[in-house]
Amino acid sequence: MAWTRKLLRVNLTNGTVAEEGLNMGWANDYLGQRGLATRYLVDEIDPQCDPLGPDNKLIMATGPLTGTNASTAGRYSVICKSPLTGAVACSNSGGFIGAEMKMAGWDMVIFEGKAASPVYLHIVDGVAKLEPADDLWGKSVWEADKALHAKFQDPQTRIALVGRSAEQGCLYAAVVNDLHRAAGRSGVGTVMASKNLKAVAIRGTQGVGNIEDPKKFMETVKAGKAVLAENAVTGQGLPTYGTQVLMNVINEVGALPTRNMREVQFEGASKVSGEAMHEPRKSDGKKNLTTNGACFSCTIACGRISTIDRTHFSVKDKPEYWINSGGLEYEAAWALGPDTGVDDMDALTYANFLCNEDGMDPISFGSTVAAAMELYEIGAITDSHTGGMELKFGSAEALCWAAEKVAKGEGFGKDLGLGSKKLCEKYGHPELSMTVKGQEFPAYDPRGMQGMGLAYATSNRGACHLRGYTAASEILGIPEKTDPLHTEGKPGLVKAFQDATAAVDSSGLCVFTTFAWTLDDIAPQVDAACEGDWSPDRMLEVGERIWNMERDFNMKAGIAASEDTLPKRLLSESANSGPAKDRVCDLDKMLPEYYAARGWSSDGSITSETRQKFNLPG
Amino acid sequence: MQKSLHIDPGKCTGCLQCESACSLENEGLFNPAKSRIKVFTFHEEGRFVPYTCTQCDEAWCMQACPVDAITLNPENGSKDVNADVCVGCKVCTIACPFGTINYNASTGKVVKCDLCGGDPQCAESCPTGAITYIDSDATGLDKMRAWASKTDNAGA
Ligand code: SF4
Ligand code: SF4
Repeated sequence: MAWTRKLLRVNLTNGTVAEEGLNMGWANDYLGQRGLATRYLVDEIDPQCDPLGPDNKLIMATGPLTGTNASTAGRYSVICKSPLTGAVACSNSGGFIGAEMKMAGWDMVIFEGKAASPVYLHIVDGVAKLEPADDLWGKSVWEADKALHAKFQDPQTRIALVGRSAEQGCLYAAVVNDLHRAAGRSGVGTVMASKNLKAVAIRGTQGVGNIEDPKKFMETVKAGKAVLAENAVTGQGLPTYGTQVLMNVINEVGALPTRNMREVQFEGASKVSGEAMHEPRKSDGKKNLTTNGACFSCTIACGRISTIDRTHFSVKDKPEYWINSGGLEYEAAWALGPDTGVDDMDALTYANFLCNEDGMDPISFGSTVAAAMELYEIGAITDSHTGGMELKFGSAEALCWAAEKVAKGEGFGKDLGLGSKKLCEKYGHPELSMTVKGQEFPAYDPRGMQGMGLAYATSNRGACHLRGYTAASEILGIPEKTDPLHTEGKPGLVKAFQDATAAVDSSGLCVFTTFAWTLDDIAPQVDAACEGDWSPDRMLEVGERIWNMERDFNMKAGIAASEDTLPKRLLSESANSGPAKDRVCDLDKMLPEYYAARGWSSDGSITSETRQKFNLPG
Repeated sequence: MQKSLHIDPGKCTGCLQCESACSLENEGLFNPAKSRIKVFTFHEEGRFVPYTCTQCDEAWCMQACPVDAITLNPENGSKDVNADVCVGCKVCTIACPFGTINYNASTGKVVKCDLCGGDPQCAESCPTGAITYIDSDATGLDKMRAWASKTDNAGA
């Protein structure tokens, strides 16, 4: 079992909440979380609907392992149609709220319609109520979280919220939970705010049981934990440096996109690296990093808890930021740092705090600022647009200013909130937008990592590292080493990563476990917890089914296969330094083979055989 | 040898594995809300602090109980609540200076840590060594060693 077999349907238009049984037939085919919630979305919304209109739905979903003591079993996902890409959005978050939802007795919550005025949903075990949130609207995530905790007088309530950026229509707004964890990508927070839903507060005291074979479950969980503890990445690298362990590594291999992806190596990388977060700073002798923190049930604990130097220009007059909060992880540090050319760790940490405080996806935010800096450099954006702020590459002041503006949706922050694609279109240079399907790139340059190029081009939510992380193989040799500069074998590798990840994202576990775990470690835990037979092969099949379903939704939403591509810069401007010097991303060498491996036509459409094989809806 | 739970907050990451393990042992479910050990997060200070009963020798709760429902377990030194005897008067929860014995409204009895009968599951499950179950007479040894290692005898 492991599922609670219950979902909560919240109709915001009518102000009603209702309990529903979980569709267990679908759970068998799609497992949970990403897969299962997307199955519901596909069933319930028109793919062509306006993402910010009342016809879009927003689903918060846990996996069958969420809330158990399997390592990292605290994940939940937010699923809807994305306002940034028009594609399916599915953003995964850790922290504690996913487990809390399960403890309260719910596998998922489906929000539909739109409230007439701001509301929040308050769940205490089996009882769910919509409450007015007029007094919370206009408050940051941190302020509103504080206000709600004070109101409930219950520190154990877990809360997910949207910030002011989402309220102001920033297209890459996140849903932030537990103050510094976020369902970050594709504007899921924007959708939540468009429904006038400010927050979801949950207290669950019923616990998670329903384990199919408890004895076997405890054994497999224990074995899994041992594998994570003994692995160099999950046992040492991530706890010590977090994902920031990658900054120097990726720079060395010449795949660290720099200054809006014009270059592939950043001279200031070491200053904003995981190692640098451990170095005592001059002013007060403290390190940027205070400690590492875990999400629910996680034995890896990659999370960073950091402080900003109090003497830094960004906070010296703002004691409210002299606190510890969520620090830099690699993708955020890259987007805020190398991509904007800024090498000031405190400025990055401040911008990151603001991204958490007001719910912006730091990847999209940083990349959009980088695009704006290039537009400024060529004179397409001028001081008259920015109100006098010099948006220069490398300017820490400009970065911090931009974060403040987008957070509150003020002035030029409105333009920056459009995301890189619409910003570059607005200022007449669409070619400068480093996006796929409208979503900004993460921190691996496809010229120095060919497989990631294919993974970005074919990702179902636009450019994304978490849909098929071939960097694991190309750089870290997991599960085996492939040459980052070669295209051979990459189509199969990308597909394998995409399918496995879709399954992991549907289980309740964190994808970071896959630095150490394969499906041979994961499937036995799922199998022991859930009824039925969950072999690694079945997990893969479920993953592939999910992938095809997402693709199918996107095509019905009007996203053509011709969008399986990369910005011209990456296909035609070669890398200017490092091991990838003189290389472009050879996407055309990989894409046809990828389509074939997927069982799709050469034009990228899903064949009827493949539809049948996976019994795709509709 | 008598053993005690030894807590080193500096190592804790706030993962709540200990709370899950405790609730599983005592309630048969993964349910941190019902855990006897609690991990407190002081977010703005960047600190996680696990907290539970230290099994006082002259336990306030045991002395306060009017019906002698709390007794000493001679095997491991824990003070255990006998649920059949407990009348739910909550006097022990007032007497305990640390707040580590609590009323459970669903059963009408109090609950506290009983060291899982000598095999505390929180310590067993903790991935970081923040909770260990060690010789009661030597819980300071690690700290002593850490300080000792800082002693500079180079010039001696
Ligand atoms: S590995 Fe990191 S992100 Fe994943 S569950 Fe653990 S702490 Fe959270
Ligand atoms: S299991 Fe250990 S690290 Fe995790 S919360 Fe408990 S004491 Fe802290």
